[in-house]
Amino acid sequence: MNAVLQYTVQGLAAGSFYALAALGLAVIFGVLGVVNFAHGAFYMLGAVAAAVLLDTVGMSLWLALIVVPLLMLVFGMLVERLLVQWLLPLDPLYNLLLTFGLTLLLVDLVKRRYGVSGLPYERPDALSGRIQVAGVGLPVYQLFVIGVALLVCLGVWLLMTRTRVGMIVRAATERPELAGALGINVGRWVTPVFGFGVALAGLAGVLAAPFRAITAEMGSDFIIILFAVVVIGGLGSIVGAVVGGFLVGLVEAFGQAYAPTFAQVLIFVLMAVVVLARPAGLFGREEAAA
Amino acid sequence: MNKRRTVAGASILMTGVLVTAGCGAGGPSAGGGDFTDDKVVLALLNDASGVYKDVSGPNSKVAIQMAIDDYQEKYGDDAVVEDIEVTSADHQNEPDIANTKAQELYDREGADIILDVPTSSAALAVATQAKNKKKLYMNIGAGTTELTGAQCNKYTFHYAYDTWMLANGTGTVVTEEGDKNWQLIYPDYAFGQDMVKSFTGAIEAGGGKVGGTIATPFPNDNFATYITKAGAANPQVIGTMHAGGDLINLVKQYNDSGLKEKGIDLAVGLMFISDIHSLGVEAFEGTIFTDAWYWNLDEKSREWADRFLEETGDRPTYAHAGNYSAALQYLEAVQSAGTDDADAVVKELEGKKVDDMFLRNGEIRAEDHRVIHDVYLARVKGPDAVKEDWDYEEIIKTIPAEEAFRPAAESGCSM
Repeated sequence: MNAVLQYTVQGLAAGSFYALAALGLAVIFGVLGVVNFAHGAFYMLGAVAAAVLLDTVGMSLWLALIVVPLLMLVFGMLVERLLVQWLLPLDPLYNLLLTFGLTLLLVDLVKRRYGVSGLPYERPDALSGRIQVAGVGLPVYQLFVIGVALLVCLGVWLLMTRTRVGMIVRAATERPELAGALGINVGRWVTPVFGFGVALAGLAGVLAAPFRAITAEMGSDFIIILFAVVVIGGLGSIVGAVVGGFLVGLVEAFGQAYAPTFAQVLIFVLMAVVVLARPAGLFGREEAAA
Repeated sequence: MNKRRTVAGASILMTGVLVTAGCGAGGPSAGGGDFTDDKVVLALLNDASGVYKDVSGPNSKVAIQMAIDDYQEKYGDDAVVEDIEVTSADHQNEPDIANTKAQELYDREGADIILDVPTSSAALAVATQAKNKKKLYMNIGAGTTELTGAQCNKYTFHYAYDTWMLANGTGTVVTEEGDKNWQLIYPDYAFGQDMVKSFTGAIEAGGGKVGGTIATPFPNDNFATYITKAGAANPQVIGTMHAGGDLINLVKQYNDSGLKEKGIDLAVGLMFISDIHSLGVEAFEGTIFTDAWYWNLDEKSREWADRFLEETGDRPTYAHAGNYSAALQYLEAVQSAGTDDADAVVKELEGKKVDDMFLRNGEIRAEDHRVIHDVYLARVKGPDAVKEDWDYEEIIKTIPAEEAFRPAAESGCSM
């Protein structure tokens, strides 16, 4: 029982990174139709930025959780303005290739500047240690990660359902042609939405900094699992991204605990089962998969 | 149209380059009959951009150049060869690339010796090329004992470390000091499997037992559950066989797990000082591991490390120091042989006793070409004990050369 609780927390913590990043991926895909292959690299940049800011100006994790996503928002908007927008009228494949190339470039630049052994990161004392829950010591940091992820996901959900901007974005995500026909200027929202998606990946990166190795390559495997997450949740579905993220985290943790050799495979087995039962994913629309 | 012309132009240019290069490398030498091309070429083949870049990488080229400078300074006009070059290539940790690059280095670039080659599978590929081409190869960066075991050959030497030495150091000593009950976590590929075998042998020889082993995917960034699982078996120590980024992930998550406070130690199979530098000394505090060499060991090593720091801005890992020593001992052998002929140089090296900046009580064993030397059991200092950058290790035991490495009789090598 103790172990089950621990695995659950570990699974949800890992799932938090997936959920946040997948949320960004889903928003970008929804509004722009861009399969953003550079999302893993943006996650990496978030972690690297946090480490560099800590090292150079002594910025704490608390502040980095706000500053880094803002920087990533600006960076994302620049990427959209300078690169992505030119390829939007073309086959989506072009943007897939562009973002793939961007990944290679970013990974290499970080390697060149900061080497390959990774950067150190120290977490605030307040987030170290464990607290006792039902007789089990649970790491404070993992609980914190889960808390932040849930809060942000809730915030994004409120933003999407309760504000005018959210409704426009949602309309553009779910029925782009219809939204356009109703006179909603979808184009105006394209750049900030891309930036917002990138910021979410950056936020996941900051959260990962104290917990994982901060290397140029840290996004490479991450992006593969991320695609499994969005396929399971439903490509472009915001709720699907979040549910898919936590689900994949849990499958990974329990897989590692009870079938270590198959842990990674299990994620893709889950993906296959979901796709067989519901080709559009758990929360996807059928026509999107057609 | 234009494009076609460009391609055609480029092809002609490339052909020209290749023909010229071919002539340069293959042409007969003008004088000095004892040296092919009138020069000695040392080739560094390692990972220039990937996970092992900081462990060895481009800085090893600096180390080799330092050896050349030292050789030239020592012998001056008496040096048997004046023209000594160092060249390098990136094998990207891929055995097939290593194989092709080794052939190119030997054939086209006229390399007399290849140095380094981390990643065991790549190292074995280069050893095969060395054997076929009858040219020297001194391995520093790879850990497999196969190089001096079943796959040994006359032209291959193994410097610095191997999995037997790591297991014998960390596994045996930690067990003998009271941590009898182990759990091993390892990455599921050749190196990890080899390490588990070596460690299990060493732990059992020390009177301990391995309660369980857990294989993890490679590479991997989420180890929390594996660690909880290993801790649930209540061992005295968890041994990890991970390296590089995987090791850092694992240590971060072990520190979160609460096992440290419970008194369950973490022993690391393979660690380089660059790993400690990257994650910070706090995270690794108290971790025990086996080190082939430490830059702050004594005056002699420190002096060399200061020079290295001046050239590169970093302190050397033992792979850097090993590359220096291997290059230097090769040049010394060339000097006494008076030629770069591989067979003559091998004869000079075999059985040679060496005491240099890197090799302490060293011997280039003739039977299997294992280069034996003193190695060290080290503990990572706490942040308060660190007096300067890179001052991370407390040497808790010197393991004498004869005990540190697998005895020649057990190697299974026949040249």
